[in-house]
Amino acid sequence: MNKMDTSFPTVINGPLHADRRHDSAHKHVAGSADYIDDMPEPSGMLHAAIGMTDRAHAIITSMDLSAVESAPGVVAVLTAKDFPVNDVSSAHKHDEPVLTDKLVEFHGQPAFVVIAETRAAARQAARRARIEYEDLPAILSVAEAKAAGGKFVTEPLTLKRGDADTALAQAPKRIKGQMEVGGQEHFYLEGHISIAIPGEDDEMTIWASTQHPSEIQHMVAHVLEVPSNAVTVFVRRMGGGFGGKETQGNQFAAIAAVAARKLKRAIKIRLDRDEDMTATGKRHDFVIDYDLGFDEDGRIHGVKAEFAARCGFSADLSGPVTDRALFHVDNAYFYPHVEVKSLPLKTNTVSNTAFRGFGGPQGCVGAERFMEEIAYALGKDPLDVRMANFYGEPGSDRVLTPYHQTVEDNIMPRLVAELAEKTDYRKRREEIIAFNKSSRVIRKGIALTPVKFGISFTMTAFNQAGALVHVYQDGSIHLNHGGTEMGQGLYTKVAQVIADCFQVDLDRVKITATTTGKVPNTSATAASSGTDLNGMAAYDAARQIKERLVAFAADKWKVPEADVEFLPNRVRVGTDIIPFPDFINQAYFARIQLSAAGFYKTPEIHWNRATGQGRPFYYFSYGASVSEVSVDTLTGEYIVNRADVLHDVGHSLNPAIDKGQVEGGFIQGMGWLTTEELWWDGKGRLRTHAPSTYKIPLASDKPEIFNVELAEWSVNKLPTIGRSKAVGEPPLVLPISVVEAISMAVASVADYRQCPRIDTPTTPERVLMAIERLKTA
Amino acid sequence: MQQIRFVLNDETVVIDSISPTTTLLDWLRETKRLTGTKEGCGEGDCGACTVLVGKVVDDRLVYRSVNACIRFVPSLSATHVVTIEHMAGPDGVLTPIQQALADLHGSQCGFCTPGIVMSLYALLMEKPTPSRAEIEIALQGNLCRCTGYESIFRAVEAAAAGMASATPDRLTLTRERIIATLNDLKPKRTIRIFHGQSRSIIPFNTADLADAYATEPNAVIVAGATDVGLWVTKQMRQLSPVIFINHLTELQTIDETADKVRLGAVVTYTQAQNVLAKNFPALGKLLIRIGGQQVRNMGTIGGNVANGSPIGDTPPALIALDATVTLRSRNGARSLAVEDYFIEYGKQAREDGEFVEALEIPKLADDEFYAIYKISKRRDEDISALCGAFKLKLDAAGNVASIRIAFGGMAGTPKRAAHTEAFLTGKPWNEATVSAARAELAKDYTPLSDWRASADYRMLAAQNLLTRLLIETSGEKASLERYAMLEAGE
Ligand SMILES: Cc1cc2nc3c(=O)[nH]c(=O)nc-3n(C[C@@H](O)[C@@H](O)[C@H](O)COP(=O)(O)OP(=O)(O)OC[C@H]3O[C@@H](n4cnc5c(N)ncnc54)[C@H](O)[C@@H]3O)c2cc1C
Ligand code: FES
Ligand code: FES
Repeated sequence: MNKMDTSFPTVINGPLHADRRHDSAHKHVAGSADYIDDMPEPSGMLHAAIGMTDRAHAIITSMDLSAVESAPGVVAVLTAKDFPVNDVSSAHKHDEPVLTDKLVEFHGQPAFVVIAETRAAARQAARRARIEYEDLPAILSVAEAKAAGGKFVTEPLTLKRGDADTALAQAPKRIKGQMEVGGQEHFYLEGHISIAIPGEDDEMTIWASTQHPSEIQHMVAHVLEVPSNAVTVFVRRMGGGFGGKETQGNQFAAIAAVAARKLKRAIKIRLDRDEDMTATGKRHDFVIDYDLGFDEDGRIHGVKAEFAARCGFSADLSGPVTDRALFHVDNAYFYPHVEVKSLPLKTNTVSNTAFRGFGGPQGCVGAERFMEEIAYALGKDPLDVRMANFYGEPGSDRVLTPYHQTVEDNIMPRLVAELAEKTDYRKRREEIIAFNKSSRVIRKGIALTPVKFGISFTMTAFNQAGALVHVYQDGSIHLNHGGTEMGQGLYTKVAQVIADCFQVDLDRVKITATTTGKVPNTSATAASSGTDLNGMAAYDAARQIKERLVAFAADKWKVPEADVEFLPNRVRVGTDIIPFPDFINQAYFARIQLSAAGFYKTPEIHWNRATGQGRPFYYFSYGASVSEVSVDTLTGEYIVNRADVLHDVGHSLNPAIDKGQVEGGFIQGMGWLTTEELWWDGKGRLRTHAPSTYKIPLASDKPEIFNVELAEWSVNKLPTIGRSKAVGEPPLVLPISVVEAISMAVASVADYRQCPRIDTPTTPERVLMAIERLKTA
Repeated sequence: MQQIRFVLNDETVVIDSISPTTTLLDWLRETKRLTGTKEGCGEGDCGACTVLVGKVVDDRLVYRSVNACIRFVPSLSATHVVTIEHMAGPDGVLTPIQQALADLHGSQCGFCTPGIVMSLYALLMEKPTPSRAEIEIALQGNLCRCTGYESIFRAVEAAAAGMASATPDRLTLTRERIIATLNDLKPKRTIRIFHGQSRSIIPFNTADLADAYATEPNAVIVAGATDVGLWVTKQMRQLSPVIFINHLTELQTIDETADKVRLGAVVTYTQAQNVLAKNFPALGKLLIRIGGQQVRNMGTIGGNVANGSPIGDTPPALIALDATVTLRSRNGARSLAVEDYFIEYGKQAREDGEFVEALEIPKLADDEFYAIYKISKRRDEDISALCGAFKLKLDAAGNVASIRIAFGGMAGTPKRAAHTEAFLTGKPWNEATVSAARAELAKDYTPLSDWRASADYRMLAAQNLLTRLLIETSGEKASLERYAMLEAGE
């Protein structure tokens, strides 16, 4: 374990723990940041478009593509038979063909590819196909899947501790219920895109908008039947990823590569928004059945729950996603006896995939519903129920998670107390209850909900990263690592690590496109782990170079190594002060190796899925939010009046960027839980497949007052990079408080006697229907 | 001279041949390789493609944000198209809003950012110190999936604070020159552009339009293209011939007389905003919930009616006001009630060669109460699940003297609630009456279930809107508005 010294003087431009703007900020606002579609096109490049099926479950009986082939501008039409290896299953289950020629498993599944001179010509031609089908019965929802016997796409998981059945039977109070938690479309602003450029021999270069260049590399090598060393993948930046570009780009990169090989031309495939939303996976929706045992104080005695997920037609990442839903079923709470299981159900819908939080948020939504149920059953402020159930102090008998990991770093009680105090939660709740008494139509609600989020890939092997650092003779530094930049500021933070290590200004560090050619065998930039892993790997590379430099200086100047010190933009050797570039230049002439590959693997973690026990997470991140809403009880419309967030990112490497992640995560989570509705019709067609029908938050959906603060006092107890904590995913869970505040406003119509049990997303329709239910109950 | 001529940034562009449906976005990115303008959706909803289009109106150069993805190139004759590449000065100095967005972390992935810069630049041009509510309105047509918007608000506020001291930017410095150039580029007769099999017609005046449309009644008329654009980008329809009309000054007139407001067919939502908000406050509020700013800068009310959609927002509002639509052809003009224009789903009372010339809206009497309630899943930039418009007059005794109710989203066309109106007329305007009227509404409409709302919700909400109307006629507010509670000091 490398111990990171955080006591360096911070006078360089761009040190650790300081606000720095995104490395591409200037280019973003000037319109000069190049995304893949903006790059100069290789000469002779052709464009691909996918041809989609329009059945949810069917056998293709005939496919007449003659009109497609004869359409203007068309160069070639590819079908399954052009793919000798017709498989892009990231789960290695061979359940995901690139193109289907027989069995259609979801509405929109690609069946052919058109290659044409222009993108428009390709798209137009794709419409001309005549496909005949023989329909098969389609299973579209969790309920239908369960009714049909519940086929799984992957192995379910059970987490168990203690004896839940007995605890439930003996608990003074008991509630059973069900909740539906909707899915979510990523809606990265930049859709999927890949360019494949054939090289000599078996070589293929791919530019793809991907969070996982190594997987694209492996998948392209797989479909081309060439070794991995023949394929090089690049990505400089994505216009958003959010998990939607972890595995979902495989298919399009494979298409571009196979077409490029066949036609010996560069091929670009860029999906139209509607195609992207129809043909790529989303956040899993769940139906949660729960059974809770508790006492008069609101303390949980036992929990049993089943998390049934609509996984779609293939496994993809559904295994780890549904696993993670269970890893978060406790959220911040200790369950003395618990038994929870996942049902990763196969359905004839697009295969659901990773999305910021990776199933975790759905688990947390369940946990918060449990708290809400208990509060309404007992007539308590839900915050009191929450506090009664928080994990205990280290060493107490309330520290064990359902997966048998001990919570050692619990800061939740402090964080929540601080937030409640700062936001005047108790007083405002009283005022709102008084307001609701006298307000006929508009009702208000307020809620405080927490998030505790386990950090690490639950697949232990993925918790590794590499980096490559070169220092050139002029003292400029080239930085490369396996992490990808999708807007989260990873490149900036890792560059700060390097600048800080060498004590040089940040603009001396050049951040270069992620590529499999420089750092191999990388993990997806996912699970919030980007900075934890790549920051450490980069630090390791810099450390190696520095050690060589120190040894060189000690030797040359004849001073002890302790007398060599990297000061801002200069190096002190004994009493000599040498500007960094000069120092480097001297090292070069002394034949010091100025390049290093760094590596990091997260220590201490292990997980045994068979026993459901281990330490899957290195540490936990914490946060909480208070939201206040107004609801129109005649229509179910609502406005979020205010939200306050206090969030823990440990000792932040870049508070401005981290705060941006928290704000953005909150609003994205709020969209998921409120207006973002995926609506499939009876034929299995997704009808909300464009921003005209699928409504992500606008500026005018943001809480009218929105205060986000980082818990500045928090420092990671464990030696992570700069003692920081991950930030990507946990904030997505914060806006559960919005849902519960809406729920409280609804509950007011029946004097808070009943838990409204609103499913998510809480569209105006769901809100109004809940009001009706409560009024007539 | 059969050419389309306009200014792109600082270059005069002359096009001899182009398909009528080539979008400005594709042309910028593919032909001009100006790739700063992005495509996020291709349907006017995300704003990644936002550019400015400047036009000379009454000797003034007015720039408006528009969606390049659904704007057709032949509609740009004699305009100044400004893209993100033209925002920073020749020396690379950023405009204040760009600088503030960069410094205050207003971008994350950056893909939405060029569009957001253009929208905010347009806002600050018009309102140098915008309120938060005004910023929200300016950003209704820009989606950002990363930032959560708060940092963008901070940036606008910082930019606004620094505006006064900022050096004038490029667009400000070149105004006079651009006006002169655009005046030069104005076509002097009808232009016909050929491209393979397809044709664009850019009539010189309304008479030429009438002639062209009489000769080719199957031509597609394009005003703001906020409906037609999607036929091309999403349905991949190839349209020809296309007659462009949004430049016709005769159709851009707004006339207000003592008893009515007359809007030419190509008056945009933005242009109509003031006069409608002044005379029909409820309509003013509805307008700023139609699309985003870019769509309102292009889309026309004439097109909203002409399009004939059952979920267009202005038709119910106009029907409740008893507005009329004027249809013109080479043979003359005729007027009919907007209500009668909608015959059934997909069918309107427009004969071959007839185009919409104007809308006439009678003003409200002092004792008429007028309300419009739009219900959508997301508050802004969303199509209505249902939209109800009500014009009510009570007599001295508090009975309903007259009422007109029209709903969108409840039937195959925007439709009056005939049973409900008849039932209410003459009855005391109170809870008992309104509660009894609910059953009448159920006779008037059998709404459908779709992704916007279920039939049950549509009916229940429509019925509840009668209650909202009752409460609001008494002066009490019974609906939500952004920032209203904050301002009221709640
Ligand atoms: C992102 C987005 C959001 C939107 N949100 C809303 C909304 O909230 N509420 C709403 O009601 N609408 C909404 N719309 C649609 C709305 O913008 C259009 O209905 C608009 O008003 C149509 O005007 P236009 O000038 O753009 O018409 P065009 O698209 O140019 O034409 C529409 C139709 O009308 C015909 N037409 C146009 N003008 C004439 C004329 N003078 N004579 C004869 N025929 C004519 C055309 O041939 C075509 O059939 C939205 C559109 C977009 C892209
Ligand atoms: S690309 Fe989305 S509005 Fe134009
Ligand atoms: S910064 Fe990524 S969408 Fe706005």
